[in-house]
Amino acid sequence: MNWDKKIATRQSYGEALAELGKESEKIIVLDADLSKTTKTEIFAKQFPDRFFDIGIAEQNLISVAAGIATFNFIPYVSSFAVFATGRAYDQIRNSIAYPKLNVKICATHSGVTAGEDGATHQMIEDISMMRTLPNMTVLSTSDDTQTRWAVKEIAKINGPVYLRLCRLASPIIYNDDTKFEIGKGHQFGEGTDGTVIATGIVVAEALKAQEKLKKQGIDIRVIDIHTIKPIDKDIIIKAAKETKKIITIEDHNIIGGLGSSVCEVLSTEYPKNVIRMGINDTFGTSGKGEELMKFFHITAEDIVNVYLNNTQN
Amino acid sequence: MKITNIEELEEISRNVRRDIIEQVYKAKSGHPGSSLSCVEILAVLYFNQMNINPKEPKMEERDRLILSKGHASPALYSILAQKGYFPKEELKDFRKLGCRLQGHPDLKKLPGVDMSSGSLGQGLSVACGMALASKLKKQKNKIYCIVGDGELEEGQIWEAAMTASHYKLDNLCVIVDNNNLQIDGKIENVMNPKPIDKKFESFGFEVLEVDGHNIEKLIKIFEYAKQIQEKPTVIIAKTIKGKGVSFMENKAEWHGKAPNDEEYKNAINQL
Repeated sequence: MNWDKKIATRQSYGEALAELGKESEKIIVLDADLSKTTKTEIFAKQFPDRFFDIGIAEQNLISVAAGIATFNFIPYVSSFAVFATGRAYDQIRNSIAYPKLNVKICATHSGVTAGEDGATHQMIEDISMMRTLPNMTVLSTSDDTQTRWAVKEIAKINGPVYLRLCRLASPIIYNDDTKFEIGKGHQFGEGTDGTVIATGIVVAEALKAQEKLKKQGIDIRVIDIHTIKPIDKDIIIKAAKETKKIITIEDHNIIGGLGSSVCEVLSTEYPKNVIRMGINDTFGTSGKGEELMKFFHITAEDIVNVYLNNTQN
Repeated sequence: MKITNIEELEEISRNVRRDIIEQVYKAKSGHPGSSLSCVEILAVLYFNQMNINPKEPKMEERDRLILSKGHASPALYSILAQKGYFPKEELKDFRKLGCRLQGHPDLKKLPGVDMSSGSLGQGLSVACGMALASKLKKQKNKIYCIVGDGELEEGQIWEAAMTASHYKLDNLCVIVDNNNLQIDGKIENVMNPKPIDKKFESFGFEVLEVDGHNIEKLIKIFEYAKQIQEKPTVIIAKTIKGKGVSFMENKAEWHGKAPNDEEYKNAINQL
C-alpha cells in the first residue's frame, strides 16, 4: 500500500479506456460535454472517430448509446454520476437495462468527495438506483489498480454495467499483479474482532483504521466490495460468522447503498447487527473532498471511533 | 420480397386493421386509435421499403425500425406476423401472461423488434445511435423511427433532433404520426407542439409531408427521402387516429381502450 501516491479513479478510467480502445475496435466512447473532467478526453484524442460528444443532454446520451450497442459495439458512456444516473434514470431503465443492451455507464464525481461544486453535483443515491435495476451489474472501485482492471473486465460482460468513479485522488491500495474477480470481494486480514466492509474511495480509510486499531491490539478484517451487484454473499456471511462487529462504510447515502446490500444478505442468511456508516440521509455541501470526508464522518478516525464506542455487538 | 402492387398493400393494411381490433378486443386492453393511425406507414416500410429478411431477423445489414410510440404495438405485431417473423396465431396472446407480444415491444422476446420501446421520447435518440453506428461500420442501413405527434412534447426528442443534424445522419428517417390527438385531447390544447414542420426545419431536417394513409404517396415520399444527403429527414404523415373504424376516428378516448362485444363486431364489419 502506498499512502503517499494518489490518483483519482476517473484518471485511471480515462487511461485504461484509451488502452482498451487500442485492444478493441468495438469500444465507442460517449460523453456529455464533460470529457475533460471525466477523462474520456484521453480516448477522444487517440480515437476521434470512435468518440461522440453528445453535448449537455444526458438522456439523449444514454439512449444514443443504447442504439450504438445494437450494432455490436461496446459503448462506454460518461458523465458525472448525478447526471448519468439521476438525469437519465428512465433512459437507463427502459433503453438499456430492460433490453439488456451492452452499455457501460462509467460515472465520475460520485459521492460527497466530488467536493466544491456542492450538493447538486454530489451523487449519493446512484448505487441505490442502479442496483435496483434488473440486468444491471454495479461496480464501485477503490483505487487505480482495481479501476484499470474493472474498465477492461466489464467489456467482457455482455450486458449493462454501472461503474462508479471518483473525482478526488485516493491512495493506491493494490499491486499491479492483484487478481480481482467480478462478484468477489477482496479481503484484507483474517481478524476476528470486527469487519469493516467498504467500497470505493473509503476502502483506503478502512485500511488505515485497521492499522490504527491493530496498534491498540484489535484485529479487524477489511473487505473491499468492488462489485455491489452481484454482491459477494459468501465473504459477508463468513465475516458475520467469524467476527464480532460488522461495520459498513461508503461515500453514499446509508439508505440503499453498500450498507443496505450487506443488510439484505445478512437478514436472510445470518441475521446480525450491522453498523452503517456513510452519508446519513442528508444532502452534501460545498467544501474540499478531504474536508467533506471529515465533515460527514467517513474517515479512518471515524471508523475507529465507531468501532470503539459501539457496544451493540 | 418487395410488394409494389398498391392493392396488395391496401389488402395488407386491411388485415393489419382487423388484427389490431382482434388483439385489443381479446386482450381487453391496448391502444387501437394510435395503432390504426400508423398502419399504412408500417405496411409500406415493411412490405415495400425496408431491406429485411424475416428468416434472419438479426442480419447486420438490415434496415431498422424503431416504433418509438411503442403503444402502437398491435399494428407492428400484425405486420411482423404477416411478414413471417412469428406465427400469426400468436397475435391472440397479445398482453397475456407469458406472451412474447408484450404491451409494448420487447426486442429480447420477439423476433423482428429492433428496439424495445414504451417510455416515450427515447426512440429517436436510439435511432441516432443506430445511424451513427451504421456510418461507423460503413454500412448502408436505413434507420426508420416512428414517433407520435404528442410524443414531440418530450424534451428528449429535440435533444435527439439536434444530434441527428449535428452528425448529418442522412441514413435516418423520422416519421411523425401526425393524428393531432393525444390522451387528454387535441395536441394543440394539451401542449402545442406546432408548428412541427418549422421546428424540425430549424433543427436542420429535410421536412416532407404526406397523407399518411395514401400508400402510393407514402412509397413516393420514402423513395424521395432516400435521396436526401448530409442531413436527416422527417416525414410528417398526416393521419387520422382510429382510421378505418368510424366510431374511433378522430376520437381521443379511443387512444387506449378496448372495444366491447358490440363495438368489436361493428368494427370488424367495417373492416
